[in-house]
Formats: sequence, C-alpha cells, structure tokens
Amino acid sequence: MIEVTNVSKWYQQFQVLDDCSLTIRKGEVIVICGPSGSGKSTLIKCMNGLEPFQKGEIKVDGVSVGAKGTNLPRLRSRIGMVFQNFELFPHMTVRRNIALPQVKILGRTRDEADARAVKLLERMGLPAQADKFPAQLSGGQQQRVAIARALAMDPVAMLFDEPTSALDPEMINEVLDVMVALAQDGMTMAVVTHEMGFARRVADRVVFMDQGMIVEDATKEAFFGTPRSERAQLFLSKILQH
Amino acid sequence: MNYSWDWGLLFRSPHIDWLIEGFRNTVVMAVLAWFIAMSLGSLIGVMRTLDNPVAKRVGTIYVEIFRNIPLLAQLFLWYYVIPELLPAAAQKFVKRDMADPQFWTSVVGLGCYTAARVAEQVRSGIQSIPRGQRAAALAMGFSTAQVYRYVLLPIGFRTVIPSLTNDFLGVFKNSSLALTLGVMELTAAARQIEEYTFHSFEPFAAATVLYSCVTLLVITLMRVIERRTRIAGSVGSGR
Repeated sequence: MIEVTNVSKWYQQFQVLDDCSLTIRKGEVIVICGPSGSGKSTLIKCMNGLEPFQKGEIKVDGVSVGAKGTNLPRLRSRIGMVFQNFELFPHMTVRRNIALPQVKILGRTRDEADARAVKLLERMGLPAQADKFPAQLSGGQQQRVAIARALAMDPVAMLFDEPTSALDPEMINEVLDVMVALAQDGMTMAVVTHEMGFARRVADRVVFMDQGMIVEDATKEAFFGTPRSERAQLFLSKILQH
Repeated sequence: MNYSWDWGLLFRSPHIDWLIEGFRNTVVMAVLAWFIAMSLGSLIGVMRTLDNPVAKRVGTIYVEIFRNIPLLAQLFLWYYVIPELLPAAAQKFVKRDMADPQFWTSVVGLGCYTAARVAEQVRSGIQSIPRGQRAAALAMGFSTAQVYRYVLLPIGFRTVIPSLTNDFLGVFKNSSLALTLGVMELTAAARQIEEYTFHSFEPFAAATVLYSCVTLLVITLMRVIERRTRIAGSVGSGR
C-alpha cells in the first residue's frame, strides 16, 4: 500500500531523513517510534507529500508521491491524516468540518455528506456534538472528530502524527480506543506514537528511528522481546520504566 | 470675537444642494474605492503568503509602492502623469470621452492606495493562523485555492476585522483629498459655501457632523459584522 524506498531529506545542510526504506502492506498497522528529532513525523509527512524529499521514492497504492505529474490533492484525499494538534477548522461546526471536504473534494451531495458525518460521529461516541464548534469540545473529543473527518473521505490508509501527545492523560484512552477499533477493522495505518501499550495491542510491526535513520523494523514480538539495536534497547528501557 | 452666526444659510439654496451633492460624492467615492481596495487588497495580500516566489515578489512591490508614496502625490500621478503614458487611443478616451474624469481618477487612486493597506491586513491575518491548519487542509486533499477559500481567508478575515475598520474609515476621510483634483466632495462643498458667504464656521461644522455620522455608521456596521462572525467557543465570545 505504502512503499518508501531509500528516501533522504535535507533541510539545507542538515539531514533529517537518511536512506529510509519501509513497506506498509494493506491492512497492516505500523507503529513508528523514536526519540524526538529522529525524523518520524517528517517521514510520515513525506508519505502524503506534505514534506518534500530530495532523494528516493514513495509510492502510495502504486502512485509516486514525489513525481512531477502526480495530482497531489487527489492522492492526499485518499490518505487520511490525523495531527498532534487536531487541526479542526475552528470556524466550522463539527458536522461541517466532516462534511465540507466530502462535498468539495469528493463531490458528494450535502445530504450524503451530513449523513456520513452523523454516522461517523456515532461511531466515535460523539453523537451529541455535531452542531458544536471545535473550541467547545475537549481535546479528546476534538481528536476523535479529526479521525472522523479523515475517515469520511474513505481513505485507503491513515497516517497518525503523535495523535495523543497533546492530550491530557485521561483523554488519551478515548482516542486510543477508537484507533484500536479502527486497526481491528483492518485499516492500513502508520502511527507515530510513544504509546507502547497501543503498539503491543494492535501493531503488526514496530519501526524505531534515530537520527533520521530507520534503526529497527521488526514484528512487535521481536521488538518488545529483544530489540536488536542497542539504541532501541536504551530507548525502550527509558520509556518502559514507569 | 465678533461673528454673526447664521446657521440658516446651510439650509438655503444653493448651499444645501452643494452640501447634499458633496456628501453624496464623498460616500459614493469612498464606497467604490473600498470595493476596489477590498478585492485588489485581498488578492495582493494572498499573493504575499503564497509559496510562489514571483507572486510573492509582485505583491511586495505593489505594497511598497502604494504604501510609501503620499496619497496626494498618488492622486496627482493618476490624474496628470499616467494618462500621458497611455497609448493614443486610451489617452483620447481618458482625456476627452470619459465622463467625470476627476471623480473616477480619485476612486481608482484612493482604491489602489487603500488596497496596499488592506493587503497588509490580509497578509498578517493569514500569517497569524497556525501552520498546521494549512497542512491539515492540504492533507484532506484541498487544492491551494480551496485551502484559501474555505480555511485561511475565513479565519484570517475574522482576525483582522477590527483593523480593517480603521482602513474603511480612512477611505472616507482620505476622500477629502479628491478636492485637489476638483471633485465636489463634502470638504470642497464646505469650502465653496465659505467662499460665497464668508461664513466659515457653519459649513465646516456641517461637514464635521456629516463626516462623523458616516464614520460612526461604519464603526457600528463593522462591530455588527464582528459580532456576527465571531466563532463560538473562541476567546472573548461569551458562549
């Protein structure tokens, strides 16, 4: 579904991605972790062309992201993305946040889009919030709306960029529960997160990054059992202490 | 001070007609110029926020030119200099066939000057939006035009409504400079009454009151717009 082949990226002199290769098959859930500044967010932003890269190739469902002739808006509409800070549009109601992209990008009718929004909000456990504005919701609710907004586009894959990092502890689980359900439904997912509990529950593979390189790409059993690299062992010992 | 007040002269013909015509010209000129300023200014402001270096450059040059030349000098340039630079056919139209050239020159001059100010407001409004909003909109699959139309402009304009009010008021006040080109606007009407009657207090008091009425109306209108477009749940919105 998503094939990353030998991708490198520089900000001027500074190399943020160093020869990264990664394959995500249909229905697979990949968790990407690593210390801050290791390039994990940058890597998934490259997957839908939000960040350009200078070397290598990324293909989504057979379409090259970096190629000149690629219709990027069309490609992006097929990949859902969820951000650390939710990024709901503050001037629209929850319903409109979910419906507008369906109408303007997919060409659905207003009624179809609204019906879809209501259905997804129910699935997210937020049936009563449709007519509120984002600022009237808690962080956890906003993030679930953001997931609903992405799902409304019927994406072939979902990218999550630290979806729970900006949340209060008691709200993290309501978002993770939704993501677990999504994974169990067979959605193809790439998740940048430090939530190792989530990784243990639903990840097929765990990718560990450090200094722009993919240091480890292993099944979750292998990763949590005995990570091969010393750097990953050190990282795990630090975040699994508590 | 030995001054014989005569407020009645304001309401005698032809003085009252001059005031009415002057007031009408001021309002029409300012509203038309504001229309130019908002459309052109929004376009230039957006250009300055695009990634395209050429668009950015053109926007910057426009703003720097129109913001840095005094408005009076700009009006003289539009009226006396620009027509001479036009091709022959256009020159003939502007100098001979165009109706009311002073009026239309003032509208264009005032509009282009104010557009530079509006552009800066629009640019700062857009740039005050967290970058994640643009990224999220792009990630949904919106085209750049759609990102501006549905996300950046609606949020950006809301942010700058209070400072746009200043520029809207400025258009009304600056329109008084059109008298230098011979437009019979409100200030010119007051001056004409003064010249005919040797009464200066009454006509300029009338002009002051009329200007104040318009500007108060504009302030009220902008407050209403601000309240109507306020986003529920955002800072300062009550509930």
